[in-house]
Amino acid sequence: MEEDNLNEMKEMILKYVIKEYIDDDDTTITYETPLISSGYVDSFSMVSLLVFLENKFKIKIPPSKATPEAFDSVNNIVALVNQYLNK
Amino acid sequence: MSYSEKTKNLYLSQLTDIRNAGIFKEERFIHSSQAADIEVEFPSGSDLKRVINMCSNNYLGLSSHPEVIRAAHDGLESRGYGMSSVRFICGTQDLHRELENKVTEFLGTEDTILFPSCMDANAGVFEAILTSEDIMISDRLVHASIIDGMRLCSAQHDTFKHSSMEHLEEKLLLHSDKRLKLVITDGVFSMDGDTARLDEMVKLCEKYDALLLVDDSHASGFIGKTGRGTHELCNVMGKIDIITTTFGKALGGASGGCVSGRKEIVEMCRQKARPYLFSNTIAPVIVSGVLKVFDILSASTERRDKLERNAAFWRKGLTDAGFILKEGNTPIVPVMLFNAKLSQDFSKDLYNEGIYAIGFFFPVVPNGQARIRTQISAGHEMHHLETALEKFIKVGKKQGILGLTKEQIIEKFGL
Amino acid sequence: MYNQYQDYLRSQIHEIKEAGLYKNERVIVSPQGAEITLNTGQTVLNFCANNYLGLSSNARLVQAAKNALETHGYGMSSVRFICGTGDLHKELEQKLADFFGTEDTILYAACFDANGGVFEPLLTSEDAIISDSLNHASIIDGVRLCKAQRYRYENADMEDLETQLQLSQEQRFRLIVTDGVFSMDGNVAPLDRIYELANKYNAMVMVDESHSAGVVGETGRGVTELHNLRGKIEIITGTLGKAFGGAIGGFTTGKKEIIEMLRQRSRPYLFSNSIPPLVAAAGIKMVEMMTETNELQDKLHHNTRYFMDKMLKAGFDIKPTQSAICAVMLYDAKLSQEMAAKLLNEGIYVTGFYFPVVPKDKARIRVQLSAAHETEHLDKAIAAFIKVGKDLGVLNIIK
Repeated sequence: MEEDNLNEMKEMILKYVIKEYIDDDDTTITYETPLISSGYVDSFSMVSLLVFLENKFKIKIPPSKATPEAFDSVNNIVALVNQYLNK
Repeated sequence: MSYSEKTKNLYLSQLTDIRNAGIFKEERFIHSSQAADIEVEFPSGSDLKRVINMCSNNYLGLSSHPEVIRAAHDGLESRGYGMSSVRFICGTQDLHRELENKVTEFLGTEDTILFPSCMDANAGVFEAILTSEDIMISDRLVHASIIDGMRLCSAQHDTFKHSSMEHLEEKLLLHSDKRLKLVITDGVFSMDGDTARLDEMVKLCEKYDALLLVDDSHASGFIGKTGRGTHELCNVMGKIDIITTTFGKALGGASGGCVSGRKEIVEMCRQKARPYLFSNTIAPVIVSGVLKVFDILSASTERRDKLERNAAFWRKGLTDAGFILKEGNTPIVPVMLFNAKLSQDFSKDLYNEGIYAIGFFFPVVPNGQARIRTQISAGHEMHHLETALEKFIKVGKKQGILGLTKEQIIEKFGL
Repeated sequence: MYNQYQDYLRSQIHEIKEAGLYKNERVIVSPQGAEITLNTGQTVLNFCANNYLGLSSNARLVQAAKNALETHGYGMSSVRFICGTGDLHKELEQKLADFFGTEDTILYAACFDANGGVFEPLLTSEDAIISDSLNHASIIDGVRLCKAQRYRYENADMEDLETQLQLSQEQRFRLIVTDGVFSMDGNVAPLDRIYELANKYNAMVMVDESHSAGVVGETGRGVTELHNLRGKIEIITGTLGKAFGGAIGGFTTGKKEIIEMLRQRSRPYLFSNSIPPLVAAAGIKMVEMMTETNELQDKLHHNTRYFMDKMLKAGFDIKPTQSAICAVMLYDAKLSQEMAAKLLNEGIYVTGFYFPVVPKDKARIRVQLSAAHETEHLDKAIAAFIKVGKDLGVLNIIK
């Protein structure tokens, strides 16, 4: 994947995470911020992220791969999406 | 021995971590009845100390009301102590049916099923009525027992931002293809003391063809003009499909919970809810007490009116003194301190002054939102509240936080 | 919004009824006991309660509860760690630990909650739970809430357990979980052999003593007494809702660090009221009574032997039991319902169980004995069984 595309994808996912999960302005989320293990996103709320990724990137992520670890940071999510984009 | 040193050490080190993180839960032993004034042994082994209780769910002051105690005595006399059976074998007394009917009438629903606790009601209801074709959409701040119930259910789940109707609507649209959509919320949120916007939620549920479940554990008995709960406050009596609630807080405070709502849903729970099928129901002596609670509440709104006045007095007193409170108009009044350690120190200082109130911090509340949660009761007399206020102010001065803004407190104590 | 769903539920309920699985509740208007009165006015002998020691309406327990109402009020209106812990809770926890010979105890609102909340705080996805196939529903729910790897062995099958222990060798910690007495058959778990295997394969053991505490073992200390393993089992769960008074409440008792961990992390403990003080007070009294004398335990054991002997002699097919549960085998579902109905007409209240509660073609009537039963109660029940058994032609025939 092109460097530019990758950055664009990271940015897009980060924006979605902030819009969907982060309410208060005090919190800064980066690509590395642990999302689930630090309590920003609870495991139930992952569903909407999953649906977002599948629709946006026209991929299908099997439930067994949609683990809290795989969703724990924007970087992890990008890696996960890439696995299925390249297939 | 199979309990190896390795296993033991693992648990010991986890316990040490919990202690080091300052989140080890120490229990305080109460030697008296639950009331505004209680006698406490803390730490374990020390002399009894008489303190004013500002942190119980005894909202209506009925936990040791003489009439409720009298009714429990009568229940013991006439119906014995235990049933030693689940409901459908030989554990159903006429009293259980009577209480189910009373609750139905009080909440304005169609039918009610009792559970040993509201934790069990919430743990059992979802799996009994939903399948993997359905979706549960819950507020992000619902109680832990609802989360466990959802974890036990094969239906899909999603969440919406706390009390955000826009976000809920988005989610209802997103999941419009599901067979059933169940929207789930607390009536009153236990950590913040705010109330759900049930009127708007009912509208959205009607628009998008969804069912609505409300856990009214922190509302039943005192929220709304006649204390029926959040649905009364929001003017949507009869429009909530499922209400779960507890008898373990305002309604006597002993134990027990229920699912109340649409007739068929209740009937389904009776056939399929696992904690109902596989556990004893509420003991007859407890049922007798709760029946009396409903008699008291149906006869007069005096207690909830007093609670409302008490809560208003308390809120005003703290605000005037310069504390930062979470907004709301329930008897749950969170005094915001933001810093976890400050919340612990504050609680300790209060206890030394004879005021019992607990500090809450992450992970119970979000990081940086530590607080003392005070809970007002109709069992509080004016002198209790005045004393408590005086002590709060004294400790507030000692810690130097009165009149400070959130930013100033954070600057002073860190996050 | 509700209409569509209402139709769906109605059809579901209809299906349950068609399958003959709809549960109707009989309404009792008297205290629980050997003799109970139904709302139909009928007085019957109760042989289907878990009232093994006859303590459900025991005058001394009732008095203890009444005293506590006076000294400690009705409800606590709080979870344990906020302001819901009474001195009586602490005392009962200690008393139960002494009773079972364990290190510490934690109380729950019910044993359903004890089992629901025991696994998740103790085990992670690196660990394994190895569970008997007939374990109680509440254990199953607890396991469902835990991330540990799941293994299952056939009921009381030690070869299969050993296989599962071998299969799970890679996991960090392993916990073997079994009911003490299996509630449908009345058989006792082979805890001695489970313990041997646990030692051989370095696993821990958990026993649910709900149907065995107060019943099994000479002094009613449960399966660990029967198998001489007092103090050696890591985790015991049990209930106050059966032999121990029958009101509500459950507990987990065992190794100190485990109990301490549960107090910090077990969700039903953290998020639900404990038992009310009056139930704790009756529990304390119950342990005192069982420690003072062995009268109730002895009477229960005598009643069980008496009933079994006479019923076997009369030609009934009964599963061997080491508990107070006697499974009178009828195999056919319809027959089990018919027999229960006829027995009720004779004034004997028992329940017929069939698939899916027990395996297909293993329908039965489950008789539960109690220290509250007098010899004349037992004789009346045996006579009724024989009369109805003859009518239905189920005596002295082979499956």
